[in-house]
Amino acid sequence: MKIAVCLKRVPDMEMRFSIAADRKSLDQGGLKYEMGDFDGYALEVGLQLVEKQGPGEVVVLSLGPDSVQEMLRKGLAMGATRAVQLKADEVPFDGMAIARALAAELKDGGYDLILFGRMATDTASGTVGPMTAELLDLPCVTSISHLDIASGRGTARRDLEGAAETVEFPLPAVLTIDEGIARARLASLKGIMAAKKKPLDVRPAQIGEVRLTVELLALPAERPAGRIIGEGADAVPELLRLLQTEAKVL
Amino acid sequence: MATMLAFAESRSGEFRKVAYEAVTAARKAADASGGGAVHALLVGAPGLAARAGELGRYGADVLIVVEHAALERYSPEVYAATAAERLRLGGYRAAFFAASAQGRDLAPRVAAKLGTSLASDVTEFEIQGDAVLARHPAYTGKIIVTLRLTGAPALLSLRPGAVTPVESQRIARVETAAPAIDPAAARVVVTGLSQGGGAKLDIGDAPVIVSGGRGLRAAENFKLVEDLAAAIGNAAVGATRAVTDDGWRPPTDQIGQTGRLVSPDLYIAIGISGAIQHLAGMRTAKTIVAINKDRDAPIFKVADYGIVGDLFEIVPRLTEEIRKARGQG
Repeated sequence: MKIAVCLKRVPDMEMRFSIAADRKSLDQGGLKYEMGDFDGYALEVGLQLVEKQGPGEVVVLSLGPDSVQEMLRKGLAMGATRAVQLKADEVPFDGMAIARALAAELKDGGYDLILFGRMATDTASGTVGPMTAELLDLPCVTSISHLDIASGRGTARRDLEGAAETVEFPLPAVLTIDEGIARARLASLKGIMAAKKKPLDVRPAQIGEVRLTVELLALPAERPAGRIIGEGADAVPELLRLLQTEAKVL
Repeated sequence: MATMLAFAESRSGEFRKVAYEAVTAARKAADASGGGAVHALLVGAPGLAARAGELGRYGADVLIVVEHAALERYSPEVYAATAAERLRLGGYRAAFFAASAQGRDLAPRVAAKLGTSLASDVTEFEIQGDAVLARHPAYTGKIIVTLRLTGAPALLSLRPGAVTPVESQRIARVETAAPAIDPAAARVVVTGLSQGGGAKLDIGDAPVIVSGGRGLRAAENFKLVEDLAAAIGNAAVGATRAVTDDGWRPPTDQIGQTGRLVSPDLYIAIGISGAIQHLAGMRTAKTIVAINKDRDAPIFKVADYGIVGDLFEIVPRLTEEIRKARGQG
């Protein structure tokens, strides 16, 4: 089984973000970067499938500048077989531009599965996976929280608002992975040592036309400062009064 | 004048609130362009058209009805091909989808089929000549990105709840169309749909959400949350990730960065400390109430009305007072 896992390098979301002087990018000062959470789950799914249903290989891919190599090495340390960097000066916001570059790389790769996280935690758009699938004309199931693969077919579960779908599909296919399916493993010391010798190919990204660009970044409107109206059950009548007469929501 | 397309999402033969939101957004865009037409695209099993009058109420001029017996459940390939075929007819300035579970699956496929780009999970937008400016909360809601989208049709998916459905009475004309591909030829097939909580109001549709966290101490204590939601009436029950991870509530109830993003009129946080990941999912609620024993909990920084104290005393009292006020007590 041959599996590709597409990864994005994203800032640690626990950090406080500030906006750079150009008002279109983040101030990089003090930012730490890592593999996106959902991308980590996708990689874990790929590694487990090859371990259980092997033999096979797991290829990790990422589009971006050379700074993505550290994350790709982490993927190799977790157990991926080889890595590919699609080199670009920056990662466009336009999911379609990224999908075009990934599809060009994946097209003749002979992959049984191409996995993505359900979205990058920074841009939070979740478009690249299904767009790549369409460009490759492959079956695609997005945002899955359970997966079974047997005899060239798959069954997945997608959580909806207050419901869940069971989805069946043939391989090869593109899947985007939600949480709940697998926790990303930690790289072992042995894995980290082995990763240094695994191949990491660098090729130029074929991005093409970009039609979705960042115009402006802003901090969200601050909510008015929080207000504690009282203590204990005795504050309940006042709360009700405020909800009815001030907020007018009850 | 420009024509807009709105995708009217349905599930099991019922339109979802996001369908009215998409139509409302398309109406607003058409009106801003000098009064163009709004076309609503409905895809589903026979019988859907009978319920489509509602879409006219929110401003659709034309209902494009695509019914097929094999479309009782969502079929990503059929829906995407059908929407793309419609948009390829030309003349559409923009197309509006919901950034719901279905819309997040559908809209990128349609964009890729058309070779165009998509602004995803949009909370506000404005068409300016050849470009669309669209706002999108990113970085777990810590940064609001304004995006510039060029090309036509411009595809947007709208964050559920970000657009308030507005009535704009129209007499909509019905057109019928066939699915662009034979449903029997679809490779990806939804073979089952299990409803999560029976007839409960979904947290994405509910004007009021009562949400519980670890402070409730045990799964059975969610009864307090459910009782309060029931007393309020039009309320759904939500939960934090800690609670869904522990299996106290189903994963689909999780509100936060990795769960549902909600913007209800009223959000009542019970026993929730307010971790950044949770705040990312609910900080756009219009009014936030917090009940927590820890005065220093971060939830009180965003709560319009906070009560410090024992939720096991406060919540039953609140439920009782609301019942009294509603004449149920």
